[in-house]
Amino acid sequence: MADHFIEDKITRVPVKKEGQEVKVDFNELKSGGFIKQRQKDLFTVRLRCPGGRLTTKKLIELAKIADKYSKKGVVHLSFRQSLEILYVDYKDFDNLTSDLAKVDHKVASCGPRVRVPTACGGCEYNPNGLTDTQKMAEMVDEKFFGTPTHHKFKMSFSGCPIDCARTREADLGFQGVVEPIWDEDTCTGCTICSRACKEGAIVSHQETGKPIYDAEKCIYCGDCIRACPTESWKAKRYGHFVRVGGKHGRHPREANEAAVFIPDDKVSDVIQKTIEWYKENGKRGERIGSTIDRVGVESYMKFMTGAFKSGEIVAGAK
Amino acid sequence: MDIKADKSLDLRNVLCPINFVKTKLQLEMMEKGQVLEIVIDDGEPIQNVPKSIKEEGHKIVEVKKEGDHFRLKIEKR
Repeated sequence: MADHFIEDKITRVPVKKEGQEVKVDFNELKSGGFIKQRQKDLFTVRLRCPGGRLTTKKLIELAKIADKYSKKGVVHLSFRQSLEILYVDYKDFDNLTSDLAKVDHKVASCGPRVRVPTACGGCEYNPNGLTDTQKMAEMVDEKFFGTPTHHKFKMSFSGCPIDCARTREADLGFQGVVEPIWDEDTCTGCTICSRACKEGAIVSHQETGKPIYDAEKCIYCGDCIRACPTESWKAKRYGHFVRVGGKHGRHPREANEAAVFIPDDKVSDVIQKTIEWYKENGKRGERIGSTIDRVGVESYMKFMTGAFKSGEIVAGAK
Repeated sequence: MDIKADKSLDLRNVLCPINFVKTKLQLEMMEKGQVLEIVIDDGEPIQNVPKSIKEEGHKIVEVKKEGDHFRLKIEKR
């Protein structure tokens, strides 16, 4: 079933390897993250680095491999957080692949399939972070990487509404959110929360100094929770804001806002169902955003009803 | 009821994150349970400094708005 997504024009070239002639299928190469360069016989090899995170030990090993195989001794940090070894001769592919296998590292992908997810640092060490984006990216990569789709399918994870991982430009994006809840008894009316809120969602009462909260303006960043000296603002629930259909490129499209407060353990279902809807409704060579434009977002939202049950639908999902 | 401060820092016109760094350094020189009073500007300082103080594990025990600045009392933890 997967095959018709991958075929395209097949280019085969004869390669002499250890005296024997073998065929190299350039299209298959591309699906495996080997990208033809402008220079004859030379390729860029894109490595699989979900969330752009590498252990230092792994980085040292990859540096040695890159140094061995790049004809120009250069790597490139790609826009989607992978490490690309440039100027690799295709005759070295087998050796390079086996060297990578020795350090337990894999090559990324190109073409019409689920790509390596990108992610910001997340809540592990970033004070703004609300969700563990790195862990999510790792899980998603493990589960969905390489799944064939009608066109490329890029996912990203941001840990907070600052949205460094640009979920608005992703085919499917997850951005961390926290819903604040206020306890009147412990509040001293210090007004810090109204100052900490950059969205104007909290105004302090003229006399008491206590907060007046406007949920309409709240973007769920948690600044009030982090600033409150008396813990009167607390986290009611954490989750992900789900955006779908974004892309950049020649014709950028801002993602549709679909659902909010989807918990970590339901992210996988949301991805699964979204890909299902895309496979059923999309056309070959069409990004999911274009499918949404052609078929209508209502179709997607209807299909996702079950998957979004764990959170809330964004009012008037646009 | 005012809480008595053991030490005071006037951080008006001191920009982020220098105001926080000065606060942190002062707290490091103090004993657990002692109280540091700081005066910071409205705007960016009041948005950021209390958050960072909390993240370091200290407790803000008093907040007073005085014109266009804030007087905070911080208990070292």
